[in-house]
Amino acid sequence: MSSSMHPRSERPATRQPVLLLAEYSTTSHVVHAAEKVRDAGYSHWDTHTPFPIHGMDSAMGLKDSRIGWIVLVMGVLGLATGLSMYLYMNEFNYPIVVGGKPPGALPAAVPVYFELTVLFSAFGAVFGMLHLNRLPRHNHPIFESDRFRAASDDKFFVSIEACDPKFNLESTRNLLESTHPSAVELIEEKEAHSCSH
Amino acid sequence: MSYFQPIPELGEGPLVAEGTNFKVVTETVSRVTERKAPRGWWICFLIALSLVGVFTMTIGYLFWKGIGIWGNNSPCYWGWDITNFVWWVGIGHAGTLISAVLFIFRQRWRTAINRFAEAMTIFAVICALIFPGIHVGRPWVAYYMFPLPNQMGVWPNFKSPLLWDLFAVGTYFTVSLMFWLVGLIPDFATLRDRSTGRIRQMVYGVLALGWRGSNRHWKNYERAYLILAGLSTPLVLSVHSVVSFDFATSVEPGWHTTIFPPYFVAGAVFSGFAMVMTLLLIARTVFKMNHLVQMRHLELMNKIMLVTGSLVGYAYAMEFFTAWYSGSEYEMYVFINRATGPYAWAYWTMISCNVICPQLFWSRKLRRSIPVMFVVSILINIGMWFERFVIIATSLHRDYIPSSWGYFSPTVFDICTYLGTFGIFFTLFLLFIRWAPMIAIAEVKGILPEADPHYDPHGSHGAHGSREGSHGYALEPQGAE
Repeated sequence: MSSSMHPRSERPATRQPVLLLAEYSTTSHVVHAAEKVRDAGYSHWDTHTPFPIHGMDSAMGLKDSRIGWIVLVMGVLGLATGLSMYLYMNEFNYPIVVGGKPPGALPAAVPVYFELTVLFSAFGAVFGMLHLNRLPRHNHPIFESDRFRAASDDKFFVSIEACDPKFNLESTRNLLESTHPSAVELIEEKEAHSCSH
Repeated sequence: MSYFQPIPELGEGPLVAEGTNFKVVTETVSRVTERKAPRGWWICFLIALSLVGVFTMTIGYLFWKGIGIWGNNSPCYWGWDITNFVWWVGIGHAGTLISAVLFIFRQRWRTAINRFAEAMTIFAVICALIFPGIHVGRPWVAYYMFPLPNQMGVWPNFKSPLLWDLFAVGTYFTVSLMFWLVGLIPDFATLRDRSTGRIRQMVYGVLALGWRGSNRHWKNYERAYLILAGLSTPLVLSVHSVVSFDFATSVEPGWHTTIFPPYFVAGAVFSGFAMVMTLLLIARTVFKMNHLVQMRHLELMNKIMLVTGSLVGYAYAMEFFTAWYSGSEYEMYVFINRATGPYAWAYWTMISCNVICPQLFWSRKLRRSIPVMFVVSILINIGMWFERFVIIATSLHRDYIPSSWGYFSPTVFDICTYLGTFGIFFTLFLLFIRWAPMIAIAEVKGILPEADPHYDPHGSHGAHGSREGSHGYALEPQGAE
């Protein structure tokens, strides 16, 4: 992806711009800024907020989360695991007749199917979420900014990555300046940075 | 987790005290983990740790000697071990109810207490899980509980509720732990970003998984959280139902009833709320969090205890009715014996604590009195322990054949094991409130008025647009527009 980092020629070879960061102090400012960045047609950009803001997904033009499909697949897998455990262990490998029920009487182990469905679905939800978010990732260039520490406290941020095809140091900075930020900061790194999403 | 817009027509007020902003929330919650622990914390911690020592010694002796050191004997093969197991699992249920069920019902006041309650769930379930592990008496064959073949190639019986119990409680513990940890990710990020020392930065940095508050992440995060809440809701109902199957599928008079699953679930929620209340009242006072955990929250919890306490009372009455209506003389005898026999003292303790005590909460004045709710919450916990004891002991000690009747008395080792689990619970809990954010920072921020993108600090907010917004929530599917 480094080939898309076109402002390279404008900067000294040692420091590459990685992203532009704009800081806002209210939720309404950051939502309006997000709408502007979305309308300007950027794709590799994000907002960073201490809590999820209502309406931000549509302000950013994000599609619905795909995590439900992961959970569905895992849930079916859990159900199948429960059924096959029961059938293998109590019907085929060592049949046990208890309470006058035939060895493979399916209703007799419904709690097991149910619990395993829930367990696998929950694994799907948690690990699916981490996978879709590409977490854990402890080395993001955005952490270079000291200002960004407030993103988990009381400030709101918009970040536009330099690998975005529309990224231009001047025009992108102007776009962010026009959204009434309380600060705009350029983050540079020694090495070229590949886009995260 | 969307912002909260109070509806004055319904008598609703803001969920946090006036003047609470994002910064105040971060400060209040984080500083507990950053400052030196108060002296009271150390005193409690040392007491709890000594009880862990008591527990370790008791368990060591138990493994050395066998479960003969307990009071369990014919005909009471179950005693305090199973009583404590059911009691601790039940306590856990309020945590899940608060974190999952109230989340789905959009009860946003839950944000003040959910982290706390979830932690309680996990530690209570840890205490509960100890008992099935040790009550078999031979820890080296503890794997008998798991779906593994024994030395003769026989697998566990999937038609047995004891095996269902393993799956139910195991799943419950795993899902509760994941739910809790997922909720902690953004808050660990807050602690990471505030930390100055290298070690704190590293530890909280690792725990926060590199969370950067990205909205592309929040989107998946919130959906995952909603799904986990949706999964936990039937799960929590299933867990105590399955625990009650351990009793209900037997042919023991007093156990063999269909009312057990809902009755156990109501009792679990009841006792769990009481335990949350006890712990919350202490932590709220010690760490001065009155503006985040308000009287309003406590009052709502008391109302839930009133409801579930009355449900439990109804179940007690219904058991008697069913026994009489069944016409089975064994069934009738068990219940008459419960109320008038050798365990009548335990039965009436249970009735006074569980049915009569919470009725005080009909009065608004008593419902809002801290000393009253503190005492009542402890009495409810005692009462709910006695409920499980009454169910187990009264049914077992006199069943079908009078020649095998007996009486259960605990030994000092029963008592020490039970006290020891308190040590484990409080040690873990004290470590939690010392090192982890005990209130969900991100969620509380989300319900502040300023979290609303339509918020107008100059007063006219709520007049246009935002009221519509408050009916939706950030978790609603929001397609690209």
